[in-house]
Amino acid sequence: MAETAHETHGEEPHRRDFIHIAAMATGAVGVAATVWPFIDQMNPSGDTLALASIEQDISKVTPGQQLVVLWRGKPVFVRHRTPAEIAAAVKDDHADMRDPATDASRTKPGKQEWLILIGVCTHLGCVPSFGTGDYGGWFCPCHGSVYDTAGRIRKGPAPKNLELPDYEFTGPTKVKIG
Amino acid sequence: MSGHSTYEPKTSFERWLDVRLPILRMAHDTAIDFPTPKNLNYWWTFGGILAVCLVIQIVTGLVLAMHYVANAGLAFNSVEHIMRDVNHGWMIRYIHANGASMFFLAVYVHIARGLYYGSYKAPREILWLLGCVIYLLMMATAFMGYVLPWGQMSYYGAVVITNLFSAFDRLIPGVGTAITTWLWGGFAVDNATLNRFFSLHYLLPFMIAGVVGLHIWALHVPGNNNPTGVDVKSKEDTVPFHPYYTVKDAFAILVFLLLFSWFVFFAPEALGHADNQVPANPLVTPIHIVPEWYFLPFYAILRAVPDKLIGVLLMFSAIAMLFLLPWLDTSKVRSMRYRPMARWFFLIFIAATLGLGWCGGKLPDDVVIAVGQDAVSGEPTGFTVVMLSRVLATYYFAYFLLVLPLLGLFEKTLAVPDTISTPVLPKGGASMPTGATASPEKKG
Ligand code: HEM
Ligand code: FES
Repeated sequence: MAETAHETHGEEPHRRDFIHIAAMATGAVGVAATVWPFIDQMNPSGDTLALASIEQDISKVTPGQQLVVLWRGKPVFVRHRTPAEIAAAVKDDHADMRDPATDASRTKPGKQEWLILIGVCTHLGCVPSFGTGDYGGWFCPCHGSVYDTAGRIRKGPAPKNLELPDYEFTGPTKVKIG
Repeated sequence: MSGHSTYEPKTSFERWLDVRLPILRMAHDTAIDFPTPKNLNYWWTFGGILAVCLVIQIVTGLVLAMHYVANAGLAFNSVEHIMRDVNHGWMIRYIHANGASMFFLAVYVHIARGLYYGSYKAPREILWLLGCVIYLLMMATAFMGYVLPWGQMSYYGAVVITNLFSAFDRLIPGVGTAITTWLWGGFAVDNATLNRFFSLHYLLPFMIAGVVGLHIWALHVPGNNNPTGVDVKSKEDTVPFHPYYTVKDAFAILVFLLLFSWFVFFAPEALGHADNQVPANPLVTPIHIVPEWYFLPFYAILRAVPDKLIGVLLMFSAIAMLFLLPWLDTSKVRSMRYRPMARWFFLIFIAATLGLGWCGGKLPDDVVIAVGQDAVSGEPTGFTVVMLSRVLATYYFAYFLLVLPLLGLFEKTLAVPDTISTPVLPKGGASMPTGATASPEKKG
């Protein structure tokens, strides 16, 4: 008799159950709120985030040359392309590509000779070098990704074209990156 | 720990201690009177060798940390300072650097021993899993340690390995990038990354030590496996750990230390890379970046596939296979000594893994077997390293996912002896020198 009473009693929501759940939920929120700062501390700190943009004078970069500048710890390629490089890139605009993009979409209007890219292979982050790949552009020594003269991925394991940073021309030979 | 204890406190101090903290009893039961199969061969000495390796790494590491500076601007020079100025610094650093290689050499032998003799099977699954956890922690520790000197190889090793996580952008866009940014503490591998790697490189070996404690605990419940794979049936099958295995282990440790010392004193850079003598430069990647030798098989698997995400997933699964192994092998027979087919598949597996390691050290497009010549450049063409990696990686996975599950169902095994002692107790024992293997004092 006493047992049955106890059982039915147990099935109904109970004041004590409510207190248990509420206490556990509060505890879980407390734990999460405590743990979060210890996880988030590993994200970029304020001074790292503050390094937003750099100005670069590009007047000395002659056609066929490439300037490499460090921006946010990463290399940025500022390439002054030759007409031949541009022609090669435009010719392939509709070739079969992993990450299709036209040459025009990779430069600023009227500034087709300036190709500005983040020099980080989209595979696993090595710095590709210019002039050794099959497509006249960059070759990544780490696992053999090949980019063309518009920085588009053509061969090898990298999934995406070399990224374009945010930049704008602040003068005829001045560019602001970031 | 399992079974009764034979410890008898001898002095009044030991008796006093024994009822308060029975630490001497524990030491006695685990390292002195622990009944150990009497037929363990030298492959079984690598557990002890590994323990020595861990101690060596911790001791030399503590010393290096007294002189090392974890700062992107200073790290490289502080290592040069250790090499040139700190008293005996060169030796301590070379011991630590080569010690990591020796540690991996030993752990690979130790794992291969387990694979061959079926040490992962019931009732040793937890023991095996703990071993796999140790192996993972070792890889993490070695990887982060290699970053600390902040040379070119350090830097690009860190870049490539942390970027593995960016592959997850393909599954949920943004997640991969969020992970890498979080790992780096910035937008690239930089000072923040170096600092946290140092902190973790210091911490992980002590976590390894903790898991080794659990590993040995889990070993002492079922006891050691042995070359026959047959369970211990009676006291006849065992000898006390001390002096039999303390001496055998000590001998093996000394031989191992000879090899270790040869590397440290005669070829300290043989396993390193010249490019790591160049300070880290985020603007230029060295022409040929390769990981340390002990990661090469996995590196080859990563490169075997043209797809980034699949490459990364395969590489992680190659390690996951070890964790699943106890449930993949269906054979009831533990030791491959009695599995004539499995034995061959095992040998090919070892060869395939070594082959993958070889591939990992080559450039993907290097030609292994020349078939023709390139019309333009005159370079040989044919079967390349990537193609070979694909074949070998396929075998690597097939061994775990096809061979071991199926073979257990079809293979005709040899007769397994009833007890450990059966194969060695003389039936026509004339040719056997008396007492060489069996324990003479116990014979009636
Ligand atoms: C720091 C690394 C490690 C240390 C210090 C260590 C230590 C030991 C020791 C002292 C033993 C006693 C038996 C023997 O001498 O073989 C042992 C057994 C064993 N270890 Fe490890 N171990 C390590 C890593 C691993 C790894 C990575 C695995 C597997 C993935 C593993 C799997 C096993 C198994 C299965 C046994 C029982 C083997 C048997 O008795 O047949 N261990 N270990
Ligand atoms: S990092 Fe460039 S190909 Fe892998």
